[in-house]
Amino acid sequence: MSVPARRLVFLVAAAGFAALFLWGLAGLPSFGNYQGPYGDILNRVAVPQRHVTDVVAAVNFDYRGVDTIGEEFILFVSVAGVAALLRTERAEIDVEPPEDERAIRRAETSDAVRAFCFALIAPTIVLGWDIVAHGHLTPGGGFQGGAILASGLVLIYLAGGYKTLRAVSPEEGADVAEAIGAGGFVVIGLAGLIAGAAFLQDIIPLGPVGLLYSAGTIPLINLSVGIEVAGGFLVILSEFLRQALQVRAQADARKDQEQA
Amino acid sequence: MSFFPYIIAAWLFVVGLYGIITSRNLIHLVICLSVVQSSTYVLLLAVGYRAGAVPPVFVNIPLGTPAVDPVVQALTLTDVVVEATVTALLLALAVQAQKRFGTLDPEQLRSMQG
Repeated sequence: MSVPARRLVFLVAAAGFAALFLWGLAGLPSFGNYQGPYGDILNRVAVPQRHVTDVVAAVNFDYRGVDTIGEEFILFVSVAGVAALLRTERAEIDVEPPEDERAIRRAETSDAVRAFCFALIAPTIVLGWDIVAHGHLTPGGGFQGGAILASGLVLIYLAGGYKTLRAVSPEEGADVAEAIGAGGFVVIGLAGLIAGAAFLQDIIPLGPVGLLYSAGTIPLINLSVGIEVAGGFLVILSEFLRQALQVRAQADARKDQEQA
Repeated sequence: MSFFPYIIAAWLFVVGLYGIITSRNLIHLVICLSVVQSSTYVLLLAVGYRAGAVPPVFVNIPLGTPAVDPVVQALTLTDVVVEATVTALLLALAVQAQKRFGTLDPEQLRSMQG
């Protein structure tokens, strides 16, 4: 279908969508006028029942924990898909980046950027772990903290280049971290079954409200999700970087052939 | 103006969809899909919002204080992270399209058509 024809079909469909949307909107309570009841119930019962102070964490990792496992495995499968797609053609060309790769990066990245990124590495990783560890107390948790942890590793790449990143986090390390994180969530769920309770049911003491050691399995799930998200983002990052280096190496090889 | 956030969600959805169907570049298309997805975040957070309420984090706040809906926030936060990896998957597909067909223009991907 040509682009103008497709646009016409879209405009007709959009008009239908707009009509249905406005119809649906008419039935919604106006913005800021939340009616409940689920949010209100959870806000009332989550603190006494689960000993969390961040109700969002209790929703994610307890009340709808099974859903979150599903979402977590969407993440896992996507990362596996990226790896599968980008690793297929590895055999075609020498996979190791050229020896002078560090020199290339040095020439391209200014010292100011490199120094600034280097200074940010440690604070970013500490902040990431802090967000992961306090997910059940304050806003944060495994998803957010894992993304921050991965950013810390991106900073290592920006400050030192691909080889430094590889040295700090070997490829197998990221793969294994991702798998352990994804599996950890399920293992915590199965532990409930083994203890004679339901899947993902809390089986360890809840601890006092507001302390780091509290909320039962929720901090453990946060930790495993944090490891998985950081590992997954790192796998994606290194696959794309490797791809970029491969493309560059192929272009260089072509240039050499033309010259010869 | 009490429906304004819902209108924004609808606008993001439609404008992203328009970008997808008229896109001439797979990377542009993936970004448009992110725009469509962000409309769900706006809609989710908007339906859970309560004017003048606190966040659902009860640190130094007595239980029973009116708070916004934690369920929609939980849905949104997992979605944001999952979307990032799905975007990476789609971009990897774009890389493969560029390698196999030498183009990122969906109109030019003739060998993919039936």
